Amino acid sequence: MTDKPLVQDFASDWDHTDPKWVADPYPIWEDLRKRCPVAHTDRYGGGWFPVTHAGVSAVAKDTEHFTSRTVVIGNGRPGEEDMPAPIGVAPPISSDPPFHAIARRIMLPALSPAAVNALEPQIRALCVELLDKIGDRELINAGSEYSQFISVGVIKQLLGFPPDDEDLFREFVHIVLEGVDHPQEQRIEEFEPIEAYFTKQIEDHQENPRDDLTSYLLNVEIEGQKLAPEHVFGTMVLTLIAGIDTTWSAIASSLWHLSTHPDDLARLVNEPDLMPVAIEEFLRYYAPVTMARLVKEDMQYLGCPMKKDDWILLGFPAANRDPSVFPDAGKFIIDRAENRHLAFGLGIHRCAGSNLARTELRVAVEEFIKRFPRFELSDPGAVTWSIGQVRGARNLPFRILK
Amino acid sequence: MKVRIDADLCQGQGRCFSIAPNIFGFDDLGNGVVLGDGELTDETIESARLAQSNCPEHAIFIEE
Repeated sequence: MTDKPLVQDFASDWDHTDPKWVADPYPIWEDLRKRCPVAHTDRYGGGWFPVTHAGVSAVAKDTEHFTSRTVVIGNGRPGEEDMPAPIGVAPPISSDPPFHAIARRIMLPALSPAAVNALEPQIRALCVELLDKIGDRELINAGSEYSQFISVGVIKQLLGFPPDDEDLFREFVHIVLEGVDHPQEQRIEEFEPIEAYFTKQIEDHQENPRDDLTSYLLNVEIEGQKLAPEHVFGTMVLTLIAGIDTTWSAIASSLWHLSTHPDDLARLVNEPDLMPVAIEEFLRYYAPVTMARLVKEDMQYLGCPMKKDDWILLGFPAANRDPSVFPDAGKFIIDRAENRHLAFGLGIHRCAGSNLARTELRVAVEEFIKRFPRFELSDPGAVTWSIGQVRGARNLPFRILK
Repeated sequence: MKVRIDADLCQGQGRCFSIAPNIFGFDDLGNGVVLGDGELTDETIESARLAQSNCPEHAIFIEE
């Protein structure tokens, strides 16, 4: 964290990296929802944060007034050297219509329900292997010994990256998502090793094509044309960053919930048929991801005087706790039957990896509670949460109960 | 009663075919599709309604 003033009032000076927000954002959002449905900040060069379901939905679906050119808030704005709209630096997440649909169509078959179903046995084997490694101990860390390895293992295989580089991938995720408040020059420097690594992987795949997403992206054609090298590079970085931290967070937060709610844990162990419904409630209640947009032109929107290049932080997790849409929104209801949550976003930028994420989360929770039907936090004060736009439990010391 | 998915609204959130796999399937991009003619029976109407009430995009319509 950099030395910066702590937030005194989130309505006029919000900061998603403030320690109070990182530790527990939900009371902040609840307070904002009552008195100010769109919060403002001068930090990061200016930005807005709608906290209601209606506000978040409106912006998420409005590609006319907002651009996705950059979706991670930082102190800078995309420069002239960066790929301009509608393509952006990491298609399709950074793309606007009409290019967005083309870039998305390329990715979707690789992440379709059918493709993901085929991966499920491998995901399960990975979870079982991690649990075998943990073995029969009383004290374990469900974060650093389990949750953090699952999505990284899946994505590494999907992209066809070397098996021993997992620590590096987590470091990249940390740089991209948690270093957001570093000065722009430092950010550029921090990105250099990421660029070098991906360039090396692309070269390796050009020399040795194989059956993975990287080779697919290098060879796929749109109307007889291969993708621009920047497009391939951007989509690969997107897959790595968006595919690791997000699902890791969802798994860890769900296990944190079960460690602190023994009744829910017992129900899930005794009623395995509840799992699909419970997974949706985990996703609603602990939705890890917030996304950003940039305002295209000066305008009055949601009653706010927005300026060109202001950020909008799309608080999908805040929308998921809006009581005007979800009855008992602040309560985790493990068998909630109606659950139109926005954990994967809304509209054309719906998380392209949602089928994969949902399967990883379900399999990871299934295997964990099968192995350990009873557990609790061994040191609640030691639990930590990630910083920035992807929120999830990181350090999770558990005591396994007999 | 008939169920249909508005293809312009559907974004492939994947809730319908998880909740009611006997009524909904998916295409190669993962977008929801209605299996068969979409005609609902006394046995299927309830799960069609449940899928409808879980679609974040409000893309499912049940009509007389």
